[in-house]
Amino acid sequence: MSTASAPPAVQRGLGADAPKAGPVQALLERRGLAKLLLLAVAAAVLVPLVHAAWPGAAWPSALTIDLSGPLGKTSDWIIDNRDNHWLFVYFLGHLSNAVVISVRAVYLLLLALGWAGVTAGVTLIAWRVAGWRIAATALVSLLVSGVLGMWVPTMQTLALMVVAVAASVVVGALLGLAAGLSERLFRILRPVLDTMQVLPAFAYLLPVVLIFGIGVPAALLATVIYAAPPMARLTALGLRGADPGVLEAVSSLGATGRQRLLTARLPLARKELLLGVNQTIMMALSMVVIASMIGAAGLGDRVYQALASVDVGAALSAAIPIVLLAIVMDRTTAAAGARIGATATTAGPAWLRGWQVWTGVTALTALLALAGRLTGSAVWPGAWFVDIAHPVNDFKEWMVDHLYSGVPVIGGTADWAAHFTNWVLNPLRDGLTALPWYGTLLIVAALAWLIGTWRTALTAVLAMAAIGVLGVWKPSMNTLSQVLAALVVTLVLGFGAGILASGSKRFEAILRPVLDVMQTMPQFVYLIPVVALFAVGRAPAAAAAVVYALPAVIRITTQGLRQVDPAAMESARSLGATRWQMLRQVQLPLARPALLLAVNQGVVLVLAVVIIGGLVGGGALGYDVVTGLATGDLALGLVAGVAIVCLGLMLDRVTQPTERRTTGKGA
Amino acid sequence: MSRKRTAFLGTAALAGTVALSLSLSACGKADMTKQTSPFAAAKGSKSVTLSVQTWVGAQSNVAVAKYLLEHQLGYHVDTVQVDEIPAWDALSQGRVDAILEDWGHPDQEKRYVKDKKTITAGGGNGVTGHIGWYVPKYWADKHPEITDWHNLNKVANQLRTSESGNKGQLMDGSPSYVTNDKALVKNLHLNYEVVFAGSEAAQITQIQQFAKEKKPFLTYWYEPQWLFNQVPMVEVKLPKYTDACAEKGTKDPQSIDCAYPTTPLQKYFNTNFAKNGGSAAAFLKNFKWTKDDQNEVSESIASGGLSADEAAKRWVDKHPDVWKSWLPKK
Repeated sequence: MSTASAPPAVQRGLGADAPKAGPVQALLERRGLAKLLLLAVAAAVLVPLVHAAWPGAAWPSALTIDLSGPLGKTSDWIIDNRDNHWLFVYFLGHLSNAVVISVRAVYLLLLALGWAGVTAGVTLIAWRVAGWRIAATALVSLLVSGVLGMWVPTMQTLALMVVAVAASVVVGALLGLAAGLSERLFRILRPVLDTMQVLPAFAYLLPVVLIFGIGVPAALLATVIYAAPPMARLTALGLRGADPGVLEAVSSLGATGRQRLLTARLPLARKELLLGVNQTIMMALSMVVIASMIGAAGLGDRVYQALASVDVGAALSAAIPIVLLAIVMDRTTAAAGARIGATATTAGPAWLRGWQVWTGVTALTALLALAGRLTGSAVWPGAWFVDIAHPVNDFKEWMVDHLYSGVPVIGGTADWAAHFTNWVLNPLRDGLTALPWYGTLLIVAALAWLIGTWRTALTAVLAMAAIGVLGVWKPSMNTLSQVLAALVVTLVLGFGAGILASGSKRFEAILRPVLDVMQTMPQFVYLIPVVALFAVGRAPAAAAAVVYALPAVIRITTQGLRQVDPAAMESARSLGATRWQMLRQVQLPLARPALLLAVNQGVVLVLAVVIIGGLVGGGALGYDVVTGLATGDLALGLVAGVAIVCLGLMLDRVTQPTERRTTGKGA
Repeated sequence: MSRKRTAFLGTAALAGTVALSLSLSACGKADMTKQTSPFAAAKGSKSVTLSVQTWVGAQSNVAVAKYLLEHQLGYHVDTVQVDEIPAWDALSQGRVDAILEDWGHPDQEKRYVKDKKTITAGGGNGVTGHIGWYVPKYWADKHPEITDWHNLNKVANQLRTSESGNKGQLMDGSPSYVTNDKALVKNLHLNYEVVFAGSEAAQITQIQQFAKEKKPFLTYWYEPQWLFNQVPMVEVKLPKYTDACAEKGTKDPQSIDCAYPTTPLQKYFNTNFAKNGGSAAAFLKNFKWTKDDQNEVSESIASGGLSADEAAKRWVDKHPDVWKSWLPKK
C-alpha cells in the first residue's frame, strides 16, 4: 500500500526538469507490465477451463442463484407481521414513532415562528456564524422561497432536514468516534464507509420502504443512511490525524484517556468534524427529491408531482428553494469551518462575542416572529407571490420547438440523440454483452490492479461476479455501457472547461455560480426537459448524467491544474515552452492525481444519474429499481439495487488510485 | 471558543430532542402501521390524507375532493403521491385514508380487503377506464388498416426508433401501470419491441413530440386521459377480451393474448377511516362523477397550466349540481 503512494512524489520531482514525464510512466508501466503478465498467465490457464465448462458469452445460468422465491416470501412476511411481530412493535415502531414526533416538533416550531420569525432567525444565525454576505444570501433565499409560493413545503423540507442532519451527525459522529479510537473497528468500518459513499441513493430506497412503509420515517431513515457515512469517515480521520506530539504532551501532563479525548483530540479534529457536518448536510439535501418517491413530502414531493404532469416550470419553482437552501447551508457551515481554522479573524467588539449575542439573536427572532404574527398570517402572505411556471414553460416550449429537429447543418437535438444511441450506445452495449463474461472479469481485474493493489482488483472482480451470480448480467452490461458513454462525454467536456477555467480567472468567476446551481439542482428537474430535447430512451439518461457530473469534474480539474507547482511552470516557461506545450507536458502530467480523482468522481456521479434515467427510458438496472419501487416487487428491485451497488463498487475500484486511499492511512 | 460551545450546545439540544422523543415513545408497544404523517393536520383541524397517483386523472379526483372537503366540510386535506401498489400498503397502514381511483389489483384486493380486512371497498368513482394500444389519428386517417392488429407487422419498419433497433417501437409508460404488453407482443407474434418510457411524464412528452412532427407512433395508452384532447388517437383493435382469456391470464400472465378489459374504476378506504371518518368518509363514499367531468379538470391542470386547486375551483363553480349530491345529509 505504502509503495503505491510513491510515484506521484517522484513524478513531482522529475516532471519539472524532464517535461516528457517519461520516467514515472515507464516505472508505472513496468510494474503494470508485471501485473499484466501475471494476469495473462492466470488467464491462459483458467480461460480454456472456464470456456470448456460454460461456453457462450453471457453469464452461465448454472452459476446464478434465483432469489425471487425467498425475497418474495420475506416481503410477504414483513407485510403480514408488521402490526404484531415484536421486532416491529417494540423496536422499529418506536424508531418510526420517534422520527414522526421529532419532525413534527420541529415543523410545529417553524410554523409557530411564522415566516418573519424563521427568516429573521436563519438570517441572524447565518450572520453570526458566517458573516453578513452569507446572511444576505440567506435572507434573499428565504424570501424567494416564499415569493415562489413554496413556503409551507420549504418548512416541511427544512423540518425533515433538521432532524435528518441531526440524526446523521449524531450517528456518524458516534461511529466515527468508535473508529477513531479503535484500530480494529477502523479497519472494519473504513471499507464499508468508503463504499457507502459511492452508492447511488436510489439503491437504498426499496428495503427501507418495505420495512417502514411509504412515509416520512422511511424517507428520513433512507436520508440518514445516505448522509451519515461522510460524518463518520471524517470524524474517524480527524481523530486519527491528531498531532502525536500534542497528544504526547497532554498525556505527559497526566491526563486520563477521557480528558485527552475531550481536551485534545476532539478540539484538534474540529476542522474535520465541521467538514463532516457540511458534507452530511449536502448529502441529505441531495436526497430531498429522491426521498419524495417514498413519501418525504415537502419540496421534493412538489418537484415529483409537477414532473408527473410534465410541468417543468412548477418543478423549477420547487427546485429553486432546494438549491438556495443547499447553497446557504453549504456556505454557512463552510464559513464556520474556515473561521474555526483561524480564530484570530473573529475579533470584534466584545458584545459581538460570547453568549450575549446569541441571547440577542434569540430575542430578536422572537420579537420579529411576534411582529409577523400580529401583522397577519403566520404562513407566507398569499398576495406576495410570483408565478414563474408559465414563463419557464414557455421558454422550454420555445427551446424544444427550435432545437428538437430540422435545425440546418447541425441537425436537431433529437437527431443527435438518435446518432448517439445508434453509433455509441448500441455498439457499446452490444460489445459489452457479446464480450465473454470471463473477458469482462479479466479486463476489470487488469484495470483495477494497474491503478490499485491486488486487493482492489479482487474487490472489483468479486463485485462483477456477484452481478453475474444474481442473474442480472445483461441489464448490468446495458447500464455499464450507458455509464461509460456518458463518462467519456463528461470527461471531454469537463477537462476542456477545466483547462479553460484554470487559465482564465474571469471564466472561472462566471462558471462558479453556474456550477453551484448545477451541483445542487435535483437531478429529477433535468429529466423532463432532457426528454423533450432528446426523446425517450437511453440518450436523455446519458445527457442528464453528463449535466449532473460535469460540475465536479470541472472543479477538480481546475483545482488540480491551479495547484501545479509554479516553479515547474516557471522553469518550463524559461525553456521557451509555448502555452500548449506547457499544458500538455507540464501541467497535465503534474495534475495527474487530480485528473484521476476527477475520473473517479465523474464515474460515481454518472452512475447515480444513469440509474435515475430509468424514469425516462434508460431501461436496464434503473428501470428495474423503479419497477421494484412502483410495484412493491422486492425481488426485482432489491436484486437490481444490489447489482447497482456492485457496479458502483467495481467502477470506483477501477478508477480510484490507491494513493488517494493511503493519504488518511498515515495517521 | 464560545461559538464552538454554542454550536455544540445546539447539536446537543437537537440530539436531546431526538433522544427525548425516542424515550417518550419507548414504553410499551408502538404500532407503526398506525402512525400518521408528521405534517398532517398541523393546524389542529380535522384532517384527511388522500393518495394521489402519478397520472393526471387521479390528480383531478383528488383535487376536487380536496377542494370540497376543505371549503364545504372544513377539513384539512393532505395529499401524498404514491405509486399504485405501494399506495395499497400505505392505505392498509392508515398512512393514507383513501384511494379514489384504482385500476384493478386482484392480488392486493385479496390480501388487504378479504384477508386482513384493513381496507374497505368504496364503490366505483363513476369513471370507466380502458387500457389499449393507440395510434395517432393523423396517421390512422391516412392508413385506416393500421387500426387492426393483424396489419401491425406491415408498418413495423415505419415505427423503428434507435431504442427499438430493427423492430417497431411500442411505447409503454410507467412500470407501475397495469400492462401485458410484453406477453401480447410475443403471443401475437408481432415484430415489435416494448420500450418503457419509465414514467408517464416521459411518455406524454414523447407523444407530444411525435405529434408535433406528425410522425407515426404506437403507444400503450388509456382512457380517460386529457391528452386525447391535445393529440387525438385511435385505438388499435386487439383480439377480443373474453372471460376465458382473462382466466388464462390470471393463471399465467405470460400467456395472455387478448385486449385489456374495460374497468369501472374503484375507490378504496382504510377500514378504520371508513368506519370512523365522519362526514369526510361519507362524502368520499358519495363521490362519483363522469369521464367528461374528470377530463375537464385534468385538462386544465395538465395543459391549461392551472394548479390543481384552481382547476378544481373552476370545475366546482361550474357544476354545483354534480357535487351537491355528494355532501352528506345533515
